[in-house]
Amino acid sequence: MSGGTEKASGGTGTSGGAGTGTGAFAPRPGAAPVGRMIAAQAALETRMLLRNGEQLLLTVVIPTLLLVLFSTVDIVDTGSGEPVDFLAPGVLALAVMSTAFTGQAIATGFERRYGVLKRLGASPLPRWGLMTAKTLAVLVTEVLQVLLLAAIALALGWSPHGNPLAVLLLLGLGTAAFSGLGLLMAGTLRAEATLAAANLVFLLLLVGGGVIVPLEKFPGGVRAVLELLPISALSDGLREVLRQGAALPLGALAVLAVWAVLSLGAAARFFRWE
Amino acid sequence: MRYESVVQVRGLVKRYGSKTAVDGLDLDVRAGTVTAVLGPNGAGKTTTVETCEGYRRPDAGTVRVLGLDPVADAARLRPRVGVMLQSGGVYSGARAEEMLRHMARLHAHPLDVDALIERLGLGSCGRTSYRRLSGGQQQRLALAMAVVGRPELVFLDEPTAGLDPQARRATWELVRELRADGVTTVLTTHFMDEAEQLADQVAIIDAGRVIAQGSPEELCRGGAENTLRFTGRPGLDLGALLTALPDGTAAAELSPGVYRVSGTIDPQLLATVTSWCAQAGVMPDALSVERHTLEDVFLELTGKELRS
Repeated sequence: MSGGTEKASGGTGTSGGAGTGTGAFAPRPGAAPVGRMIAAQAALETRMLLRNGEQLLLTVVIPTLLLVLFSTVDIVDTGSGEPVDFLAPGVLALAVMSTAFTGQAIATGFERRYGVLKRLGASPLPRWGLMTAKTLAVLVTEVLQVLLLAAIALALGWSPHGNPLAVLLLLGLGTAAFSGLGLLMAGTLRAEATLAAANLVFLLLLVGGGVIVPLEKFPGGVRAVLELLPISALSDGLREVLRQGAALPLGALAVLAVWAVLSLGAAARFFRWE
Repeated sequence: MRYESVVQVRGLVKRYGSKTAVDGLDLDVRAGTVTAVLGPNGAGKTTTVETCEGYRRPDAGTVRVLGLDPVADAARLRPRVGVMLQSGGVYSGARAEEMLRHMARLHAHPLDVDALIERLGLGSCGRTSYRRLSGGQQQRLALAMAVVGRPELVFLDEPTAGLDPQARRATWELVRELRADGVTTVLTTHFMDEAEQLADQVAIIDAGRVIAQGSPEELCRGGAENTLRFTGRPGLDLGALLTALPDGTAAAELSPGVYRVSGTIDPQLLATVTSWCAQAGVMPDALSVERHTLEDVFLELTGKELRS
């Protein structure tokens, strides 16, 4: 890359030094190729996500339990048809929220607090490279979640319909919207506040976002507001496709797109690295 | 060599709100040397170094590192400069070796990670997650992360704070080796002995300004000369002593019964003092010759003790 080479000769560098060095530390600076840096960073971020027990509780254990429990025990009236056909899309939406929003907000908040973002800011990895790596780590985690949850849902008798591309589009836009919100929170609040707020929002949106409780259960006025939440748009959009076979749920996609633009824009504007 | 001055700071001012952290600071660092930025907590050491690292934008003045602007040319500088923060900088769940290996992967020609781990005595804790490392181990990992990319220039912010004496000496040894291999080092410290042991150049800073700059020897010569102290009966008449002492030597009763002679303390002068004592019938208790240290320089310049 752009590293200086004037002192890059191997052997012993002695400029100004009185002693005779072994040459072990002789300067030879340079950044790794940017693709390799991002791949390494994404691998590290993914390992950190998967190694964290509390994160796994949010991203794997809770969605799995909800899916199994509410599909097999008749707690909430999910309308006509198999409960799992209602629940599976909602739990997939919850999985996206748990990783892109809650998990990412908490992890990034503490990375900011412990100077990880600051230290990486002095490394050859550019900031956009770090954010790309974080996004890749979120996507890898989501793929693992979707595979696991889909397998469980299929075992519970789930029969998905619709266009897989529409599903990917919804999941992608949902990830963008939730990532923006998570990073906005992590980059502006104290780490402890982020921890508390991200968990609280997770819980509230789990209940009020059409994940396991159909929005039809709420009064009309409340429902109109809840439908504008990103979690509602994602879970209802996924349901429209996977349950009813809709080609392209434009309303849900539009809501998610607006959230994505606003939250990512605000995160880019207000994120503080230290 | 293209740039004699590897780091050049001119008239740096940095404010945080109404507080002025750095107040018109100048600093020059020559290639291949070790420069210690020495001062008490809150003197502006970290702010100065972090401005050189590109973390802070100067409110006034200019900063050039390897001839570049640390903020505008950050992308070009980052691969060439190693950074050790005062604390943190590692994922709490990352293992020591994992983090160091990761930093190595971000560089084109990194050091051998295994050898570096061995060198810094981190072998026993390579599999330990960062949050379970001792303070000293965390410090050594941060140091390793600063040098693993084979930088031309390293900034070490209080590299030995919280280290036991053995680990401290190991860190000093590494800094000496960096120097011998042609790496330029800028370190901050509030340890006098660290600056005296390691530094080619010392910049003493207080309240955001450089109040003295030079090699440790120059700084120690520049202030008062060496001193000789003794205790005796209070209220001795120093007139005869002053007459007997050579020009440029001073004698004073600092506090009742505590006497100080300052000047070039040589065997001749010592004999003069003791024979005067013999004539005056005074037993000079606690007679000691003190070499002038950076600690004294700092005390004289600021009237403050330099302790953390």
